[in-house]
Amino acid sequence: MKGTATGFKRALRISLLSAIAAAPAMAQEASDGVVKIGILNDQSGVYADFGGKWSVEAAKMAAEDFGGEVLGVPVQIIDADHQNKPDIASNIARQWYDTEQVDAIMELTTSSVALAVQGLSKEKGKIDIVVGAATTKLTGDQCSPYGFHWAYNTRSLAVGTGGALVEAGGDTWFFLTADYAFGYQLEKDTGDVVKAKGGKVLGSVRHPLSTTDFSSFLLQAQASGAKVIGLANAGLDTNNAIKQASEFGIVQGGQRLAALLFTLAEVHGLGLDAAQGLTLTEGYYWDLDDDNRAFAERFMKRTGRMPNMIQAGTYSAVTQYLKAVKAAGTDATEAVAKGLHEMPVDDFFGKGGKVQPTGRMVHDMYLFEVKKPDESTKDWDYYKLISTIPGDEAYGPPSPDCKTGQ
Amino acid sequence: MTTILGLPLPVLLGQLLLGLINGSFYALLSLGLAVIFGMLQVVNFVHGALYMLGAFAAYLLLHYAGIGYWPALVLAPLIVAALGVLIERLLLRRLHGLDPLYGLLLTFGLSLILEGLFRDAFGTSGQVYAPPTALAGGVNLGFMFMPVYRGWVVVASLVVCLATWIVIERTKFGAYLRAATENATLVQAFGVNVPVLLTLTYALGAGLAGLAGVLAAPVYQVSPLMGQHLIIVVFAVVVIGGMGSIMGAVAAGYLLGILEGFTKVFYPEASNIVVFVIMAVVLLIRPAGLFGKE
Repeated sequence: MKGTATGFKRALRISLLSAIAAAPAMAQEASDGVVKIGILNDQSGVYADFGGKWSVEAAKMAAEDFGGEVLGVPVQIIDADHQNKPDIASNIARQWYDTEQVDAIMELTTSSVALAVQGLSKEKGKIDIVVGAATTKLTGDQCSPYGFHWAYNTRSLAVGTGGALVEAGGDTWFFLTADYAFGYQLEKDTGDVVKAKGGKVLGSVRHPLSTTDFSSFLLQAQASGAKVIGLANAGLDTNNAIKQASEFGIVQGGQRLAALLFTLAEVHGLGLDAAQGLTLTEGYYWDLDDDNRAFAERFMKRTGRMPNMIQAGTYSAVTQYLKAVKAAGTDATEAVAKGLHEMPVDDFFGKGGKVQPTGRMVHDMYLFEVKKPDESTKDWDYYKLISTIPGDEAYGPPSPDCKTGQ
Repeated sequence: MTTILGLPLPVLLGQLLLGLINGSFYALLSLGLAVIFGMLQVVNFVHGALYMLGAFAAYLLLHYAGIGYWPALVLAPLIVAALGVLIERLLLRRLHGLDPLYGLLLTFGLSLILEGLFRDAFGTSGQVYAPPTALAGGVNLGFMFMPVYRGWVVVASLVVCLATWIVIERTKFGAYLRAATENATLVQAFGVNVPVLLTLTYALGAGLAGLAGVLAAPVYQVSPLMGQHLIIVVFAVVVIGGMGSIMGAVAAGYLLGILEGFTKVFYPEASNIVVFVIMAVVLLIRPAGLFGKE
C-alpha cells in the first residue's frame, strides 16, 4: 500500500517537474511575454449597455477564470471605445496591433466597425472574434481566415423572430431600418425569411443611427397598413421606437411590433410595462439553467446587472480563444485560428457549439416572449422561453460567399 | 383622396403636427441659448446637459421622493436653475470679458463631466418616465392618432416662449436686461446690480432647458445622452434664427422642426443633416441669421 502511494507521489513529482521544466520552453512560444486581448466596442453611445464596459468586465472574468495566464505568460485585457465610428475603430486597432502587441481583438459591436476591423485584422494576419455586431457579411463575402463571429447574426434573428411572427399570422411587413450595414442586412435577411414563408414586404423606411424621435417613421409604418412593423435597428433606437409606437397607438391599432435585435439590456431599459409581449431572439438568458445562473450571479456581483448574450458571448469568446492558445501551445495566428475552427465550443454559452469553416460559431438560439409585469417574480425576471432554435436551423449552412474560409 | 407631392393629405398633416411637436423642444432650448448668448455672450454648450438634468431631476424626484409630474414641472427647472446660478457664479463669472471661446470650452467640458457622471450612474439604455395619467392616451384626429401628451408639449412650449418674450420685451426686468447688454457700465451707474442680473439671466436660460427636459422625459427615454443628441441641432437652430435673437430662436425652432419632419417623409436618410444644410445656406445668404441684426 505504502509502496503504491510513494510511487504515485513520485510520479506526481516527476510530472510536476517536467511541467515546470517544459513551461519556459512553451512560454517562448507566446510572443512578447503576454497574451493581450483588446475589447473594442461602443462604451458611450447607443450600444453602451448592449455590450459596452459590461463586455469588458465579462472578458476580464474569463481571463481570471482561466487562471490569469496561459502558456506561463499573463493574459491581459485592454479596452477602448470606438464610438461606433469605423475610422476611429481602425485607428485604435492598428495601434493595438502595431505598437501594443495585441494578439486578438474581440466584441466589436456595430457592423460597420466590425467589418472595418475584420478587414484590417485579416491584412495584419491577426485574429478577431466579433460578438456584438450582427451582419452575416462577416462570415460571408467579407470573411477572414482569422475572423470569427460568435454570439448571433442577422440570419439567426430573422429565422427566430421573423419566422415565428409569420407563422403566427403576421404575413405583411414594413421595416424601420437603421441606416447602415447592420440595418440593411437585418432587413434583407428578415425579408427573405418572411417571403420564404409566404409573407410580403410592403416597404421600409431608413432612419439615421441614434434617432431620438421616431414618430414620423412610425406614422409612415402605420400608414402602410402592414400587420407587422419590423424594427431592424438596435439598442437605444429600438427602445425609443417601441416606446413611441405605444404612444401613437400602433399596437392598439392592431399592428404588431417585431424588435428584431433586442436583448435583456434593452428590455431592462424599457421596463416590462412597455416591453411586455414582445417576441425576441437571443442566444443566452441568465435564468435558463444552472450553468447560466452561476455565471450570471457572479457577473451581477461585479456589475450590478445581468448579462445579455453579448456580454455572456464575450466571456465565451475569450475563454475559447485562451483554450485554443493553450491547445496550440503558441499564440501564433495560424495555429490558434486552426484550433478555433476545429475545437468544439463547450461552455455555458455555446453548449455543443461548433465553428464553421467561415468562422461562424453555430449554437442554439432561443425564442423568448417578454413577460407581463405581474408574471415577473424577481429582479431581471423578464423572459418566457417559447422555443429553442437548433443551431443549424438558426445559422444555416456555411455561406458560399466566403472564399477565404478553409 | 387629396394628395400633395404624391402624399395623401392626412399623412402630410400628420407630419406637420409632428414637426410642430419636435419644433417645440427646439424652440424651448434655443430660446434659453439665445437669451444666454444675447445677455452674457456665452456660447452655452452645457445646455444639452442641463436639459438632460431636467429630465433626470423629474425622474429622481419621482423615484426617490415620490413627487409626481406636475410638481416636478416646477421643481425640476428650479433645481436646474439653481445649478445654473452655481455655474455662473463660480465658473462663468471668472471668464467674463474674455474671448467667448473660453466660455464655450468651459461649458463644453462641464457638459462632458455631467453626462459622464450620469452615464456612470445610470448607463445609457435610458430610464422610463410615464406621462401623468391626466395626459395619457391619445385622440384620433382623423388623419392621425395624436398622443394627448404631445399636444400638451406644443401648448406648454408656446406659452413658455410667449411668456419669456413678454418678460424680456415688456417688463422692467427685461428692460434692465436689454439695457445691460447694450452698456453694462452705464446701467450699473444707474444703480442696477448688473452682476445679479446676469446670474438671473443664466439661471433663467438653465431653467428653460430644465423645463424642456421635464417635458421631454415622458416622450423620450430619460438618458444621459439625450442632451448630446439635441445640442448640436439646437445650436444650428440658434444660428439660423440669428444669434441672440429671441424671436429668431423660437421661430427657427418651430420652422426647422417642421422642415425636419417633412424630410423624414421625402428623404429620411437626410433627416439628421437637413438642419445643417439649411444653416450653411442661411450663413451664406444672411450671415447674421434670419432674424439677426447686422
